[in-house]
Amino acid sequence: MAVVSAAKFNTSISPTWCPGCGNYGIWAALKQALFELNLEPHQVLISYDIGCCGNGANFTRTYAFHSLHGRAIPPAVGAKLGNKNLVVIAVIGDGGAYGEGIQHLIHSARYNVDITVLVHNNQRFSLTTGQATATTPSKTVTPTTPFGEIKKPINPLLLSLDSGASFVARGFANDGQHLAELIKAAVKHQGFSHVDILQPCVSFNKENTNEWYRSVIYKLDSHKYKADNLLRAKEKAEEFEQNGKLPIGILYQQERETYESQIPQLAGEPLCRQSLEGIDCLAKL
Amino acid sequence: MDKEVAIKIGGEAGFGIKVSGLILGKTLFNAGFKVFGYSEYPSLIRGGHNTYQLNTAKNDVFSVTKKIDILVALNQESLELHGQELNNGGVVIHDGLDIKDIKDIKDIKDININLMDLAEKAGGALTRNIVALGAVMNILGMDLQLFNQELEREFGDKGVKVVAMDKKAARLGYDYLKKFKIGAYLKKEAGSKAGDYIMTANEATAQGMIQAGCKLYAAYPMTPATSIMHVLSAKQCDHHLVVHQTEDEISAIGTAIGAAAVGVRAATGTSGGGFALMVETLGLAAITETPLVIIESQRTAPATGLPTWTEQGDLQFMIRASPGEFPRFVIAPGDALEAFYMIQEAFNLAEKFQLPVIFLLDKLLSESDFVLENIEQHKVKIKREGFINDNELERMRDYKRYELTKNGISKRALPGQLAGVHVINSDEHDEYGYSTEASDMRTKMMDKRFKKLEQMMAEAPEPQLYGPRNADLTVVAWGSVKGAVIDALREIGDKYSVNFLHLTYIWPFPAKRVKKVLESAKNVLLVENNKTGQLADLIRQETGFELKNRFLKYDGRPFFREEVIKEIKKYI
Ligand SMILES: Cc1ncc(C[n+]2csc(CCOP(=O)(O)OP(=O)(O)O)c2C)c(N)n1
Ligand code: SF4
Repeated sequence: MAVVSAAKFNTSISPTWCPGCGNYGIWAALKQALFELNLEPHQVLISYDIGCCGNGANFTRTYAFHSLHGRAIPPAVGAKLGNKNLVVIAVIGDGGAYGEGIQHLIHSARYNVDITVLVHNNQRFSLTTGQATATTPSKTVTPTTPFGEIKKPINPLLLSLDSGASFVARGFANDGQHLAELIKAAVKHQGFSHVDILQPCVSFNKENTNEWYRSVIYKLDSHKYKADNLLRAKEKAEEFEQNGKLPIGILYQQERETYESQIPQLAGEPLCRQSLEGIDCLAKL
Repeated sequence: MDKEVAIKIGGEAGFGIKVSGLILGKTLFNAGFKVFGYSEYPSLIRGGHNTYQLNTAKNDVFSVTKKIDILVALNQESLELHGQELNNGGVVIHDGLDIKDIKDIKDIKDININLMDLAEKAGGALTRNIVALGAVMNILGMDLQLFNQELEREFGDKGVKVVAMDKKAARLGYDYLKKFKIGAYLKKEAGSKAGDYIMTANEATAQGMIQAGCKLYAAYPMTPATSIMHVLSAKQCDHHLVVHQTEDEISAIGTAIGAAAVGVRAATGTSGGGFALMVETLGLAAITETPLVIIESQRTAPATGLPTWTEQGDLQFMIRASPGEFPRFVIAPGDALEAFYMIQEAFNLAEKFQLPVIFLLDKLLSESDFVLENIEQHKVKIKREGFINDNELERMRDYKRYELTKNGISKRALPGQLAGVHVINSDEHDEYGYSTEASDMRTKMMDKRFKKLEQMMAEAPEPQLYGPRNADLTVVAWGSVKGAVIDALREIGDKYSVNFLHLTYIWPFPAKRVKKVLESAKNVLLVENNKTGQLADLIRQETGFELKNRFLKYDGRPFFREEVIKEIKKYI
């Protein structure tokens, strides 16, 4: 019997995340978004990083490419170039996206490849038991920073805005409805979409809890805030550093030609369907 | 001409030494002479010393000699560095340089031409090289017709004026030589072309990739692999091929693997340093059973090493690179024509066995100019294997991407196919692709991947034995050393009893064949362009044979033919 709800994106395997983990909320929102976009599991390829979030590869029924730590983006780019008909999403933790593989985020934003990058930002390396990442606030005590983190955290949204991302948003794991809308918008956006998702990690992050998030976040009002201005977007992205508030919603969206659309070889059939008959490499020599 | 002629052009980097050399090479090729072009240059754009050496003969030539017959010294350094390389009776063409240092070499013909004067007469200082080449054409005893054709081909897009200027420069150099009365070096009448093409192994590899249906090449520039990217970039629009320059090599292989995962024939390419960055993803290709072709053109390493020089130092690295164990192919062609065929095989093998195939070149192959003769463009057929169509998938109902099969190969459903949804998994996994840490499944999956080995071994072509079946000496080498050995054997002739075992499909190791040859060999000489004799060690590991006679070189230079001849003669 055909499943006509987001449950069609469930596999037979139940999630293994800790009870109360923000990954549940993101997972549900992702499935809801795909469902509301009328997508079928086979039309979607998700490239997963290694981390708690990456374990979603086993629980989410779409084509999945479970890659390496920090390396979910390059295969996503390759898959999109190889089969432009696929909806391609990368799921990464803050450790992978803003640490190990930060260059891939910066550059694929710059290329404006039509993929969506969902960063499960729990401000910790959770799968490896809670060490500090590039987004862990200064002074935070973790197993690798027993005297408090000395380094200054980076601002991932400023980073992708400066890198040329054409869609930049921030969501909250435990506001499913809002997050599903963001993911839908990100997937629909033609070009590189970056969604930083604030994700409570109940096991290793005792500071940025669900309650804490709820006390600092607010939703951008689409009537008052227009996401078409880079300078304004950067101001919004920096609000936490300025006044301790975390706006969620679409900070920036710009229509720009995608990388793929500017490659004439990609104009017809996807690369994976190109015929390999009758090739004559020596023709013009 | 019976004798081979070696011509070296030397000058400052940025003087267009390589372009000049290749113009001469193509001219000779079109006149019916075989050529081998070898260039040396430092890792600099301007300044520094560049040379291009052309060895040309009526018969095949696939290697570079230490001794030369004609030296075009465009600067003092060329004279200092290469004057001593001249054979007795050799010619040096120069522009008012002090040649007293090489006067002690007997019979040097000193051709002092005011190149700059003639260049300016022709219309511009930039034609200085061409004046010198005109002079060389005279020495070779050829007319300028074919040379002029090459000038048109090379500079045609710069306009008729430039071409006319170059032709004039060549004529001035040519005529100037008349008064020297040097006997012609090449006595053959101008004939038809000496083969089909002149190409570097990189160019041949790139053409082979296109022929094999490669549709995505993701790479980051690194000498000596870069020209593959250049050739593919220039041709990409004709073949629905996307060349994607990535932010680094990790991304290059990651992008290639992503494309391969959706069913595209995809590849990446780099040198040893870039490959080092790719290693983790190499293992990803292995455990996810994704077909992937990785080209590695070796240079003198480790680290930055000698970026523009040659070495065979990466063999063991290619075989072992990655944490964990898995089967892979390592293929190392010995010349440009082999590169053309073997890269096509590489794509077939990658797809058939669903694993990484490493295609190992080196600077000598990647940047030397080879004659390709009797090229069979369609010799290697594209074999698309291991896929499953939608009907089959739907009938199956319970598709298992990593099904445990007899031969270890399971069918690939591709993302986008309705009934094939699965995880392409970097974690150890079960037959469906779901992560598992169960001991029995781990063992089964390892065994599954390794089951392919037997068939891989059976399908890889065996090493070739050149020369008589039984000989007093058996030379053993792999990859690019082929040219020097083959030419050496031809030169020393039949009166010496020597044969040559050349390895190309090196991993999985062709132990049976190698063992058989070594068992009947009277004496064995290994020739390898590295410090430790990596192939020799591999042979010991795989066959138990200890190769004690190791002729090794690791100074960044390839083997010169004379060295190989001298070494061979020590053993016979
Ligand atoms: C190259 C490499 N380095 C380190 C690791 C170990 N490792 C696995 S997951 C992880 C961090 C995960 O953190 P994050 O990306 O934030 O994801 P999370 O677990 O928080 O969801 C690390 C360091 C690895 N698998 N590979
Ligand atoms: S460790 Fe943290 S991120 Fe990982 S599953 Fe548990 S709560 Fe979630």
